[in-house]
Amino acid sequence: MFAAAAAALLITMLLALLRAFMGPTLYDRILAVNTFGTKTVLMIAVLGFLMGRPEFLDIALVYALINFIGTIAVLKFFRYGDLGRAGEGK
Amino acid sequence: MIGPVLDAISWLLLIGGSFFVLTGGIGLLRLPDVYSRMHAAGMTDTLGAGLFIAGMAVQAGFTLVTVKLLLILLFILFTSPTATYALANAVWSGGVQPKRRDGTACETIDRSDGPSKS
Repeated sequence: MFAAAAAALLITMLLALLRAFMGPTLYDRILAVNTFGTKTVLMIAVLGFLMGRPEFLDIALVYALINFIGTIAVLKFFRYGDLGRAGEGK
Repeated sequence: MIGPVLDAISWLLLIGGSFFVLTGGIGLLRLPDVYSRMHAAGMTDTLGAGLFIAGMAVQAGFTLVTVKLLLILLFILFTSPTATYALANAVWSGGVQPKRRDGTACETIDRSDGPSKS
């Protein structure tokens, strides 16, 4: 049961990677990497159940936050060319 | 006695989650432009992740594991719309037009209030 779920997640991660390699624009790649990260969170949780080690959920929890911060950081970097500047709201 | 019933519920939830995740992955690969791909990715983030985590929570029962799973779901439900909004904002102010069926541009949308002007 968990193996089937893990297989579905792996196939989806493969499709997201294909989009990240093919993607015509930069934003397609960022979207694909964000999707890949969310699927990685689910994959770590499923693997924890599959191997009988639910401690993996802590890693999944941390990865969910890192994925979000990474996406926002990459978007800000490609928009302003710099991570240190404030946005347009100043 | 209750065990097989919970197993069946967990199976159904996990299989539903797998279906939505796979559908979103295929949509991410096949839809025509970045805005519609964002729609497909959002579906995997909400329904797919929600069903997956519900299935695992049914399997775990009332333990600390379920609390952690619900925390993961909470984080995903907060961060996924935020990241999608930031991405859509960046795409729009980056000047990418939505693709239409007849190939024309969206001339009816006023782009003068875009954040790129500031």
